[in-house]
Amino acid sequence: MLDKYKEIVGEEVIEELYLIAKKLKDITIQNINSTSFGGGVAEILSRVVPLMRELGLNVFWDVIKADNRFFKITKKIHNALHGVDLKISKEELDYFHQINLENANNILRKSDIVFVHDPQPIYLVEKKKKLKNKWIWRCHIDFSSPKRDIWKFLKKIIERYDLSVFSAPSFAQSLKVRQVLIPPSIDPLSDKNKPLDPAYIEEVLRRFGIDKNRPIITQISRFDYLKDPLGVIKAYRLVKRYLDCQLVLAGGGAADDPEGAKVLEEVKNEVASDKDIFVLHLPAGSNLEINALQRASTIILQKSLREGFGLTVAEALWKEKPVIASSVGGIPLQIAHKYSGILTYTIEGTAYWIKQLLHEPDYARRLAINGRRHIQNNFLITRHIQDYLLLFLSLYNPQDIVYL
Amino acid sequence: MKEPFYFNTRITQVELLGRVARNVKELLEGIKRVPSSSIYHHTHKYLEQHRFFSPEHPNDFSYWINTSLGLKKLAEKIASVDIIQFSDIEDLRAKFIQILEDYLKDSFFLRNCIPSEEFRFLSSKIFVLPTPFVAHNLEEFGEALKRVTAHSFYFHMFEARLRLKKPDNDFSCWLRDQGYVRLAEKVSQLDPYTYTLEGLRRKLIRLVEEEIKNVR
Repeated sequence: MLDKYKEIVGEEVIEELYLIAKKLKDITIQNINSTSFGGGVAEILSRVVPLMRELGLNVFWDVIKADNRFFKITKKIHNALHGVDLKISKEELDYFHQINLENANNILRKSDIVFVHDPQPIYLVEKKKKLKNKWIWRCHIDFSSPKRDIWKFLKKIIERYDLSVFSAPSFAQSLKVRQVLIPPSIDPLSDKNKPLDPAYIEEVLRRFGIDKNRPIITQISRFDYLKDPLGVIKAYRLVKRYLDCQLVLAGGGAADDPEGAKVLEEVKNEVASDKDIFVLHLPAGSNLEINALQRASTIILQKSLREGFGLTVAEALWKEKPVIASSVGGIPLQIAHKYSGILTYTIEGTAYWIKQLLHEPDYARRLAINGRRHIQNNFLITRHIQDYLLLFLSLYNPQDIVYL
Repeated sequence: MKEPFYFNTRITQVELLGRVARNVKELLEGIKRVPSSSIYHHTHKYLEQHRFFSPEHPNDFSYWINTSLGLKKLAEKIASVDIIQFSDIEDLRAKFIQILEDYLKDSFFLRNCIPSEEFRFLSSKIFVLPTPFVAHNLEEFGEALKRVTAHSFYFHMFEARLRLKKPDNDFSCWLRDQGYVRLAEKVSQLDPYTYTLEGLRRKLIRLVEEEIKNVR
């Protein structure tokens, strides 16, 4: 499988991966997160883990077991970390702790490195002393303005790890442990990103009743308040007064997000009478459909209010589409405004730029070409794997310059 | 038998230091306290990012002072620091400190950047790897220079001297050992900071090819 990436990133990049991986051949790594499907973390792990195995690493991926009550609490923690003002009770935090401890007794393998993703399983680190191995905490979410109480609570736990990883410089915090910068990535060969037969794209449009002859504005994301689907509809309506176009809001749900159904319901109520708005709640594994919808789009939006990294932006740029996205989380790392896409701050700004790009297709095309090049150089999965290999090695090599 | 030249390459791991600056005073405090690897990172990162064109502000400090604080004169002073003159990062740090302290002496008020545009101090750790390229003589050396990645070229030209604290760049050291003293001096005298990485590579290849012609 790794050989197939040579054509995209060059042979030397893959050779370097093998060389670094050799230095880790006796190390066992256990990844742990909270869901096996839905959302960016599960998606990245499902691609990165098999490729690391192909490189000869002993890598495992396990998922914690928890009930709906736990995920409602972790959703609150997630929102508070994104700066949403809400109260999390002591009972809720105790339950969060309890479920983590239950999982710690069942899930932990004999490994050299435990690689914990996001806050849901963060408390597993309580077993670190007993296991005497290395622990890394990988934060995939926007950490730039967490609420004080939740940050105080989590900071103490994070500092028990050997190392922490963040996706963007603006997420860095004052911590006693090392913080490494690793932006996430997309896989150019996955079903979500690989090139598609135009006939298949047309078939998908027909299946959903979307007109291929009129402009298609699309936002692909989970149905989540922080992705602002209602804001997207407002922006579309501002454009629709002047230009005939269609809006596609498509996404699935993640197993650890109990709020999704409520948001989807609100969105459906909002668009009830508009036949040019397509609200598509896609089942897990609809990657080819998502790929086709992105490729069929005229413009792709990501109007998030908060964002971890916003990998849907990288996906859209990789498909050489003009993208209009909010300047939040990791999105500014993917888009240089007016060079590789458009960054906006408001509903009105988003509507303004949709009109501009629909009126100026040559300019939109230039943005799209630059965007694809930027993703090719910086946000593909091979770069991500290289970063992870170096991360593991850095646990055993504290010096500034390491000779491999 | 003389030692061949083994081309290495290196990969960077970027670290977040969790320190931010909103104004010149905080930038100065940060520059005083961060590790030397951070000063190196913020003054060299651009060289690899912009392989084919020279950015207007060739280091992160000057870019931020210009774009987020709007202090064009100070930004130009910081941008103009002649890095090739420094063989130790600590001396380079001292130069930045002196410029910022001089500026603060004459400033009556501090201008803060807007929220979210703070300067964020980063640092980097490097991992050095061997490549398949080895040169046993000047001809092979010239050929390899054309084929190695920009990262490999960068490593031997920049990192060797300032970060690994060698007396000269790796290319000059090897050329001198091979008896090409005049060529080694010419390479040492280049100011690599005033070229783009690809421009510098072309210049070096030309010097090597001229030397090969002369020897023949």
